[in-house]
Amino acid sequence: MSEELMPDVNGRFGIYGGRYVAETLVPALEELSEQYELIKKDEKFLKEFRDDLKDYVGRPSPLYFAKRWTELLGGAKIYLKREDLNHTGAHKINNTVGQILLAKHMGKKRIIAETGAGQHGVATASVAARHGLECIVFMGEEDIQRQSLNVFRIKLLGAKVVGVNSGTSTLKDAMNEAMRDWVTNVDDTYYIIGSVAGPHPYPQIVRDFNAVVGEEVLEQSKSVIGKDPDMLVACVGGGSNAMGLFYPFIEKNNVRLVGVEAGGLGLSTGKHAAPLNDGKEGVLHGMRTYLMQDDAGQVIETHSVSAGLDYPGVGPEHAWLKDIGRAEYESADDEEALDAFKELTRVEGIMPALETAHGIAYVKKIAPTMREDQSIVVNVSGRGDKDINTVASIEGIEL
Amino acid sequence: MTSKIKEVFSNIKAENRKALITYIVSGDPDTETTIEIMNSMVRQGTDIIELGIPFSDPMAEGISIQKGHERALEKGASLSGAFELLKKFRVNDKKTPIIFMGYMNTFESLGANKFMLEAVKASLDGILIVDMPPEESSNFSIEAKKVGVDIIRLIAPTTSSTRAKKICSQCSGYVYYISVKGITGASNINADEVKAKVSELRSHTDLPIAIGFGIKDSASASSVKDVADGVVAGSVFVDLIGEGGNIIEKVESKTKELSEVLN
Repeated sequence: MSEELMPDVNGRFGIYGGRYVAETLVPALEELSEQYELIKKDEKFLKEFRDDLKDYVGRPSPLYFAKRWTELLGGAKIYLKREDLNHTGAHKINNTVGQILLAKHMGKKRIIAETGAGQHGVATASVAARHGLECIVFMGEEDIQRQSLNVFRIKLLGAKVVGVNSGTSTLKDAMNEAMRDWVTNVDDTYYIIGSVAGPHPYPQIVRDFNAVVGEEVLEQSKSVIGKDPDMLVACVGGGSNAMGLFYPFIEKNNVRLVGVEAGGLGLSTGKHAAPLNDGKEGVLHGMRTYLMQDDAGQVIETHSVSAGLDYPGVGPEHAWLKDIGRAEYESADDEEALDAFKELTRVEGIMPALETAHGIAYVKKIAPTMREDQSIVVNVSGRGDKDINTVASIEGIEL
Repeated sequence: MTSKIKEVFSNIKAENRKALITYIVSGDPDTETTIEIMNSMVRQGTDIIELGIPFSDPMAEGISIQKGHERALEKGASLSGAFELLKKFRVNDKKTPIIFMGYMNTFESLGANKFMLEAVKASLDGILIVDMPPEESSNFSIEAKKVGVDIIRLIAPTTSSTRAKKICSQCSGYVYYISVKGITGASNINADEVKAKVSELRSHTDLPIAIGFGIKDSASASSVKDVADGVVAGSVFVDLIGEGGNIIEKVESKTKELSEVLN
């Protein structure tokens, strides 16, 4: 089957994806699928979406040649897709702008979301404020601690933050809690999932709304690079920024697609968040995908310096792209990500999010092995202001 | 061989009462106590026991049962452990139907083939995989059918009539009607709504219908018992286990309270 037709009618990417949820949610997901299939062909909706991306988000985001960094690494030319320049500071806003329009179209009055690093929480709270809808954001207590700046931003935007202290108190538990809220308030509530994860049709919806990133790169490459890039690089937690960048390039076999997972303290330590590198097939959050789990099928605690990648699963389409060999999945550990964070900041004056820094770290490794006539586009999925507390505390500095 | 579940429901019908189905988490607070609790539940009138298989991410559970899963996992409980537990329970009780209720990922860790081999050895009667709607049943339903393990399925207030019909056709043992839009232990049960929906279900199936989620005392049990063939109570027991103290005594008295209402 052509990738363009993915997912299939059952919401599957190969064996991955699907809709593994309790019965109460199946009808809600069926309704969402139906409504989405209708609206995505609706000219009025598409115009509204495009207008919002332009005037509210500030798209298109530039494709920027990182001249000094390219010279420093000495190899392939490096281009940065500047999603960090979007309104609210990350690619996450693309998806929320689309989904809130869908929510309004479906007549929902109440918006819920999960968040890890807080970027999706901020993006959801922003669009909810703009449309005057009630908004509740679920966030693990541990993430509330390490992303306090974003917690405050979400509150200023008028949304309510609900701390989650079950399980590991991180993103996966926030998602469990959001699902529980949705099941309880399914009539009037729309759940804006922030990654290409969860039950069908979410992986598809979130991919489609983020695909604008790859579509722009496809177009911008013609003038900025003069040809298709040789390689696309993006960090992968759930995988929404990577999927958005990769999707329009999937049929272009001349372009290598590389997703970079969080290697945490190192793949060999088991303390990481790299299911595609070191996990196995399983079912969580309504989808079949690669999971960090033990032999008894319990999801295990993940580790990453970046809250946004600290997730034991990954979007099902990435699992599929890995299996068919269309995309490659590498990892960068905490230390490499921190080094990359500092290097890009000092050399280009661009401070990436710690999530993004994992992709940057891989470029640091791979660019010097490539020829000067080759090019890499790396997705700067978010800006790093939110992470200065984390970086400072690692350096032993109190702000 | 007739399923034990079928037999229980036909006996209950003959006795003109409703089935009491109780839920606890396997290994909460530990294996030995779980077996003692099961025995005491049966003594006080439980007809069928749903044994929760602990999972790290029990998405459909309210806080009570979440905590039960966490307590069991801390003690090292697992699906394999639940089979061992059931084998021990079967030494003294060969007739009470036992259902394993849990989540896909733990069931798949064993795989459908191996699971059913174990199920036969331990004389397991049915499975209820919460996040396995008919569309995602894969080989669990096929393998279950081969060895005569019933597949209990959920129907929710949000389920359409057409869909309910399809679910019923792929269900055996009993149909589990979720009485509320929500998670286990919810408190907003609306008896009139439940009655209307369950009567509608009768037109799709001859299987017994059990009602669960939000049944915690004699009042909530009696509010829905007339339309049901059985009533499921879970969170209330898991809460009692979490409280500690004389767990067996507390569980016995709660089981008795519910069972009397259903007689």
